[in-house]
Amino acid sequence: MARTLKLRIWRGDDKTGALQDVTVEANHGEVVLDIIHRVQATQMGDLAVRWNCKAGKCGSCSMEINGKPRLACMTQVASYPEDETITITPLRAFPVIKDLVTDVSFNYKKAMEIPSVSMPADLKPGEPRMQQIDVERSQEFRKCIECFLCQDTCHVIRDHEENKKSFAGPRFFIRIAELDMHPLDTLRNRKKSAQEEHGLGMCNITKCCTEVCPEHIRITDNAIIPMKERVVDEKYDPLRWLGSKIRKREGIL
Amino acid sequence: MANLEKHSYDVVVIGAGGAGLRAAVEAREAGLSVAIVCKSLFGKAHTVMAEGGAAASMGNVNDNDNWMVHFRDTMRGGKFLNHYRMAELHAKEAPDRIWELEMWGALFDRTGEGKISQRNFGGHEYPRLAHVGDRTGLELIRTMQQRIVALQQQDKAEFGDAEKNLKVFAEVTITEILKENGKIAGAYGYRRETGGEILFEAPAVVIATGGVGKTFKITSNSWEGTGDGHALALKAGANLVDMEFLQFHPTGMVWPLSVKGILVTESVRGEGGILTNSLGERFMFKYIPDVFKDKYADNEEEADRWYLDQDNNRRPPELLPRDEVARAINSEVKAGRGTEHGGVFLDVSKRIPADVIKKRLPSMWHQFYELAGVDITKEAMEVGPTCHYVMGGVEVEPDTAAAVGVDGLFAAGEVAGGMHGSNRLGGNSLTDLLVFGRRAGMGAVAYVKSHGKNPVSDASIVNAAAKIEAPFSRTGGENAYSLHQELQEITHNLVGIIRTGAELQEAIEKIADIRKRSANISVTGDRKFNPGFHLAFDLDNMLLVAESTAKSAIAREESRGGHTRDDFPGMNSTWRQVNHISSFDGNKVDVKPQPLPMIPKELFDLFDVHELEKYMTPAEIAKGGSN
Repeated sequence: MARTLKLRIWRGDDKTGALQDVTVEANHGEVVLDIIHRVQATQMGDLAVRWNCKAGKCGSCSMEINGKPRLACMTQVASYPEDETITITPLRAFPVIKDLVTDVSFNYKKAMEIPSVSMPADLKPGEPRMQQIDVERSQEFRKCIECFLCQDTCHVIRDHEENKKSFAGPRFFIRIAELDMHPLDTLRNRKKSAQEEHGLGMCNITKCCTEVCPEHIRITDNAIIPMKERVVDEKYDPLRWLGSKIRKREGIL
Repeated sequence: MANLEKHSYDVVVIGAGGAGLRAAVEAREAGLSVAIVCKSLFGKAHTVMAEGGAAASMGNVNDNDNWMVHFRDTMRGGKFLNHYRMAELHAKEAPDRIWELEMWGALFDRTGEGKISQRNFGGHEYPRLAHVGDRTGLELIRTMQQRIVALQQQDKAEFGDAEKNLKVFAEVTITEILKENGKIAGAYGYRRETGGEILFEAPAVVIATGGVGKTFKITSNSWEGTGDGHALALKAGANLVDMEFLQFHPTGMVWPLSVKGILVTESVRGEGGILTNSLGERFMFKYIPDVFKDKYADNEEEADRWYLDQDNNRRPPELLPRDEVARAINSEVKAGRGTEHGGVFLDVSKRIPADVIKKRLPSMWHQFYELAGVDITKEAMEVGPTCHYVMGGVEVEPDTAAAVGVDGLFAAGEVAGGMHGSNRLGGNSLTDLLVFGRRAGMGAVAYVKSHGKNPVSDASIVNAAAKIEAPFSRTGGENAYSLHQELQEITHNLVGIIRTGAELQEAIEKIADIRKRSANISVTGDRKFNPGFHLAFDLDNMLLVAESTAKSAIAREESRGGHTRDDFPGMNSTWRQVNHISSFDGNKVDVKPQPLPMIPKELFDLFDVHELEKYMTPAEIAKGGSN
């Protein structure tokens, strides 16, 4: 049942680092995170890795396994051929702190830039009535466990540090979509701000984010594309454009 | 300590799960400055793992429900060892805390009328758990996280600094709570990322660190559940109450080994899942205890009818409180009627269509499919007990969440004791976090307003710093990982779900031995994000918790809730009048009995006296409650 596994684990910090070869035992049913823990307990006591729940619910153990952004706790060792060396590296889109741990503070800064839910002023606790079908659209996006794999894989920022300033990334496009579709939210112009302030236009819908999402959220189809379409409707419909100009002048909009 | 990172706040909250964040929101909204300190990234706390729901008697699905019914269920579930006042406050305030979450953006599943939907759960008389599929904890933590961000955005708009009054210090471990002149003065610790030390000066500290599961080998808890707050409180001079009571959740995954212990939500049973042994028997009918005979169906026909008509049928025994179900599964496996991998079968596939399972239990489907190769819409799951929750915890004043004996210290959530008695009902923890998190925040606000600053002395800083440096100054000492594994074996084998006096005595001696050896732990590598270094401190906390649990368990000579003694199998109404109080003298944990506060007449009168006769002594019944 047990097999001997060959790993290459990236070790280092923000300045230097290299892949190190390790050989370790693996048992039936184990996931990559189990193996990393075994390496930690027996060979590299100071190997840095983030993890929490080990059940795919917290989104802490994000890393790249054979170059693919994945949760280590949900990646079965058995999904790789017996003789394959598994290469484990930190998320590439974020600065390395140490070994497999990266500085993901970019994401917390972006979270701060998106206006929070804005409830009707006269709504009292216990009063809201919403239909299941109306909450389900936002609920899909609220399944997000903030593993940031979608951020890591998105080619707008993956190798383009310079885009980070003006691009919030897929995680925050679904946050904006969630609020935009929230039955009680009163804030207007969320789609417009996605386009103008958070870089929605830079996304060219290659769906890489959807592919890596461990929660199977249809980021591109259900959040990004609908927002893009509506932004286009509002922006390029000549009548709307004219209307908005006239009304703006009168101070109505 | 010229380069020591120093901060000054009105309140420091240790722990960023539901209770910690709710406490922080309360204190910040009252105008105080608040630091939230947590070991993980913001939003990763163990609250995220809660699946089934949050119990609150909103009466949206069955309008017979109200706080009194909820209070009764909670006391029954805890076998009447609960602090009555905590159970009362919880039952009364839970609905407001859920509605408040909705105002902060939470999106619960809905009823046909558009209200918050509520589901059935073990020990709850009516459908009571507000939920979002089977990821309710995620909804709760994300809503609280986003509420914190909303408050920070207000400060950004008003002062130009988002972190002026409310700041999250993620990936920081607190190693010591500091006191000066007998009162709280702050907290000391290190940044996990750099190893750099950090001082918080604050007259009030709220402990909201969650549980102790990592003390055990098979647990549903994440790495953070190392009993930090329990140990910090003990070391600061506070007490722990009833640490013998640990909840083994009846349904954890058992196979493959790698996932052993991962939680399988009780909602599976709430939605109609049944438990069977290897002979195909639906065995729970054999395990209905006398105290629950009039509430639970004793035959399959009635149990099945209950799903359609709850007013005229008794509940299926799969929905007994968790301690009962866990013991039943344990007995079946011990009697040789377990599955190949030492569990029993839990099957929902024959009761609910596949698409409904995927909708109501999406993360369970995902978890079994990805980790065990089992499709729960077609086949049964294999499940067995896993260490899930500690009922024991810091002894607090119910109304303020103030820790008894230490001015300026507060505790809320799993780390606090008393609320759940000897066994917690599923769904009561999420509302516990909110109700008592808020109360701890209020308690801290009142305390800070009446006491003001209490500066930390240089001597305290030097002392705390020396303890952090110690494991680096040794070489060739003990390995923290090995000691942790040894501790887990001992607790699993000797302080587990079924206990005996002789085994507990052996455990106490072995834990003391590990504790002695742990003083000689050495760490390889440097301070920068070094898990071996981090574990050295977590281990010290787990050892204190394990000692407190084993010593409380050997003293309690009866079986009740999350404490089962093979040598004292029955529940004993004299023991019901006793809380076990753990304190720490700097060397060892001392456990002594203390009378349980007596339930007042107006709460006593909520029960049928014949029911109370099953739990209370004739003298107590004659008295009819206090006053």
